[in-house]
Amino acid sequence: MSQAIEVTRLTKKYGEIDAVRGIDFEVAAGETFGFLGPNGAGKSTTIKILCTLADPTSGTARVAGYDVTTQRDTVRRNIGLVFQETTLDSYLTGEQNLRFHADLYGVPKAAFAPRLRQVLEMVGLWERRSNVVATYSGGMQRRLEIARGLLHAPRVLFLDEPTVGLDPQTRVSIWEYINELKRREDITIFLTTHYMDEAENCDRIAIIDHGKIVALDTPEELKASIGRDRVQISTADDQAAIRALAEVFGAEAAVHENLVTFSVESGEHFVPQLFARLPVAIRSVSVSRPSLDDVFMSYTGKTIRDAEATIGERNRRIATRFGRR
Amino acid sequence: MAQDTLQVRQERALTETIRVAVPERSLRHDLRAASIVWRRELIRFRSDRLRAITSLVQPILFLFVLGTGLSRLASHGLPSGVDFQTFIYPGVLAMSVLFTSIFSAASIVWDREFGFLREMLVAPVRRWAIVVGKCLGGATVATFQGLIFLILAGVAHVPYNPVLLLTLVGELLLLSFTLTAFGVMMAARIKQIQAFMALTQMFVLPLFFLSGALYPLNGLPAWLTVLTRIDPLTYIVDPMRHAVFDHLSISPLAVHVLSPGVTWFGWAVPLGLSLAMVAAMGVAMLGIAIAEFRKTE
Repeated sequence: MSQAIEVTRLTKKYGEIDAVRGIDFEVAAGETFGFLGPNGAGKSTTIKILCTLADPTSGTARVAGYDVTTQRDTVRRNIGLVFQETTLDSYLTGEQNLRFHADLYGVPKAAFAPRLRQVLEMVGLWERRSNVVATYSGGMQRRLEIARGLLHAPRVLFLDEPTVGLDPQTRVSIWEYINELKRREDITIFLTTHYMDEAENCDRIAIIDHGKIVALDTPEELKASIGRDRVQISTADDQAAIRALAEVFGAEAAVHENLVTFSVESGEHFVPQLFARLPVAIRSVSVSRPSLDDVFMSYTGKTIRDAEATIGERNRRIATRFGRR
Repeated sequence: MAQDTLQVRQERALTETIRVAVPERSLRHDLRAASIVWRRELIRFRSDRLRAITSLVQPILFLFVLGTGLSRLASHGLPSGVDFQTFIYPGVLAMSVLFTSIFSAASIVWDREFGFLREMLVAPVRRWAIVVGKCLGGATVATFQGLIFLILAGVAHVPYNPVLLLTLVGELLLLSFTLTAFGVMMAARIKQIQAFMALTQMFVLPLFFLSGALYPLNGLPAWLTVLTRIDPLTYIVDPMRHAVFDHLSISPLAVHVLSPGVTWFGWAVPLGLSLAMVAAMGVAMLGIAIAEFRKTE
């Protein structure tokens, strides 16, 4: 197997809606591949197809060397899945959840006990294995899911928003475990995330928007391709400022995160001119080197936080509905 | 968590590399999957004693409150030596598994809502293994529930005869299986727990009232006769009552009055056929449920 994932001219229609409009990409074995995009861009649909949960309308996808439509069961044996939403049985203990998984995936009985210990120690849950999952914190539950996803020694691990809804410290610790895992297991990781700092951990990143891949490269190359500094200003009258920026400097600005945001060639030389020539009062200025946030914005027209806001709202809705977290 | 302990743990995990080769799918593997799905139902039932107790409330109300309250009124229509409670006992026994079976199937809807269903549906096993495991699990749990109610047989003057008890347990298993299959079939389609509960509530009471659990099946008005013959539950309550009345020391005439058997246009339906119909329905609904769960997007 040379490529862990090969996707060729993949499309998916839901009735009249084109969720995925012909995408191609490859992920090499051992690579950590980030798949980013705004909500509704086709991210979840692509993952569903790669995990054999949905059939493509046309095109092909091969995972771990097997076709996702014709060799579904073989693909499933070779992938591990960690979904956004928890898929644990909270009435069972950590160990019982993993035993359930081992039996479903046909993990040989002799290999189960040592492998159980290995994956649970890897995520630091070995001591808690006999506790009911309902007593685990959000971060522990996510770690248990990662351990479960690894239990049957998959060749490709799918992590769909592995840290969504977790506090910053827990996010960092989850990433410690993921990086450790990359070092130790011979595994390819395919992940989606809304956190750009996490995307920096990837070997390569693809950005999908409106069902098409709009950018695909290493984080460094992507940042270099933008090449411009981002300026954000807080003003007395944002709309007037946007008009003035267009007239005076020919800069295309928009409001993101309540700040007038635009990009220029060389930020530190631009700022003095800005104060001299902009007819609107400026309260504050910040200039930043291109980050993955800027990459994301320049390809999708949204900051990742704009895209994330809707996710946060949805999670809060789910949380109130079940009265959890 | 302290950094050094994390380090130690990771080092230890690093030294032992466990190779896991997941084998090709086989029937044995599917059976192993069905078995763990079944066992999960038992584990959850064991940890949920509250459910075991609350599900007994309704049948106990029917047997003791309704049964006692109506017994004086009913005694005029009953041959001497037969208690009204004894008469309704088989029907209420069937009822004791009715709710549990269908609520076991409701766990599929919960599993979907809490995501666990996904864990099962993405596994490299045949869907039938999961659906069969679920149905047998629900049937086992419901039969346990029935067993608890069976302990109360003596209070309703039903003798603790081993043959009778074994017959009743067998019939309870069959009934529980068919009811769970019905619930699982519904759960395949209905995605919201509220809708599922509302719909099953709508089915459960009519099924119970039309089954002849509370009255003999002969001498009814034509419309009610037709409805009782359509109700699948009739075909299990009748064999259960037959089994009970076979072990009572009362006159053959009394047995004939109280347990006349199911008739179709005057033809007495044999007990074996009744039971076979219930089993066939269970298998058919199981088949539909499997087909439903096999669909992908």
